Amino acid sequence: MSLRYTKDHEWVKVEDGVAVVGITDHAQQQLGDVVFVDLPNVGDTHDLGEEIAVIESVKAASDIYMPLSGEVIEVNEDLTDKPSLVNSDALGAGWIFKIALSAYQEEEKQLLKEEDYNALIA
Amino acid sequence: MSVQEQSVRKDKKSDVVSSTRRTPLYNLHLDHAAKMVNFADYDMPLHYPLGILKEHLWTRENCGMFDVSHMGQVWAKGGDLTIAKEMEKALPVELQELAKGKQRYSQILSDRGTVVDDLIIANPSEEKYADRLYMVVNAGRKSEDLTHLRTCLPNVDFELLDNRAQIAVQGPKAESVLSTLLPAVSTMPFMTFVCSRYKDHEIFVSRSGYTGEDGYEVSLPSHIAGDFWRALLKDRRVRPIGLGARDSLRLEAGLCLYGNDLDMDTTPIEAGLLWSIGKRRRQQGGFCGAEVITRQIKEGVDRRLVGLDISGRAPCRRGVQIFVGNEQVGAVTSGGFGPSVGVPIAMGYVKTAYAKVGTVVTLNVRGKSIPGAIRPLPFIKHRYKRPSTVVSQINNGEE
Repeated sequence: MSLRYTKDHEWVKVEDGVAVVGITDHAQQQLGDVVFVDLPNVGDTHDLGEEIAVIESVKAASDIYMPLSGEVIEVNEDLTDKPSLVNSDALGAGWIFKIALSAYQEEEKQLLKEEDYNALIA
Repeated sequence: MSVQEQSVRKDKKSDVVSSTRRTPLYNLHLDHAAKMVNFADYDMPLHYPLGILKEHLWTRENCGMFDVSHMGQVWAKGGDLTIAKEMEKALPVELQELAKGKQRYSQILSDRGTVVDDLIIANPSEEKYADRLYMVVNAGRKSEDLTHLRTCLPNVDFELLDNRAQIAVQGPKAESVLSTLLPAVSTMPFMTFVCSRYKDHEIFVSRSGYTGEDGYEVSLPSHIAGDFWRALLKDRRVRPIGLGARDSLRLEAGLCLYGNDLDMDTTPIEAGLLWSIGKRRRQQGGFCGAEVITRQIKEGVDRRLVGLDISGRAPCRRGVQIFVGNEQVGAVTSGGFGPSVGVPIAMGYVKTAYAKVGTVVTLNVRGKSIPGAIRPLPFIKHRYKRPSTVVSQINNGEE
């Protein structure tokens, strides 16, 4: 399953009603060295677009938004001790949280395909 | 997530008219692929491709080179007056005791004793400069400083040297690096100042900086700044360093940043800068704001600048509120991640009753209470070349 993207520089990988969420490689480059990820609470339910996490780089704090509505079912605890995973492997080991999707059918069309995201950041 | 790109300058050789000012090294920053930002109305490098974290560590381990041309270089010329005596009316520092070839840190104070700006002031040795002192002030405060000083001291001629650039060379290898171009600098002790020559142009070199490391600040005519920068960069121990790392370096070193930790509502006594006010000045006064300052020295202040140890990894940035129990006792004025110490660090003002080292506090970051404690500044040991270390090095025949 290929990655989909948001205008807010997040990626999602959707499988069996669950989305894995992270930030794009372009985003981590813009942020610079990540020193802290303020992870969301597991079990909380949020709507698409809500601010639910914060990534702190040496430069600044940046909000992470819900790319799709649902319940946060898992967070990447590895980021607590090693936030730099967001820099070194943004699309893999630097994933941030997982959502059990509640409205994927209606919301899917808001996601960008890879070529559209690449056009956005070009 | 939100990525701020408006400050990224991708139009390398663009003709777009910019309202911001540029230093003589602007094109070299673009050549180095710097991320440029507006700082104090100047287009300045925030960081280079190396990134803030590695630039910071490089400076602590090797030699970092900073464009600080945006800062204000000023001659204070006294004419027939004794300039040191005149300037003491505006600054609380002992200037009549300031020997030729030396410089000191001080502040320009308002009549309320608050900080108009902080600065370095030097007494040049050259006979031709016997009538004047050299000052370096903050970029964003140049016009306020000059207005204040000219009002305060109408008989002193203040000349802004905007035809000069300034490059800071900082880090444990700074001496070895800079002495390849300027051999005489290796014997300069901390806080000394010399007029020298580079390719037959007059330069000013001081052994000082704002990183907590040994190093130099070099003032030179704008048209040879690029030449000097490139000559330094040929040395593989040197990397260009942006404002981002300059900020984290000075924060770890516990040094105040004007606009964050010092401003028109803050006095040097609150900021822990009493050491910069000479004993004679404390007793005699006679400077702008002296009434407030001498009273604060005698009676104490309501709040103090402190360092903060922070648990966990969440950076506590400027504006974060500091609590003891349910009472808000202060706020962070500078905070972030300290790359050399590897943890978040901050400094801020707290009510004097809570300023004692070891006082347990909590910091409110996005609604979460983070445990912390008051600690002394700085966060890293300063590694300045004070006179005794220079002498012992010469004796030991070290570089």
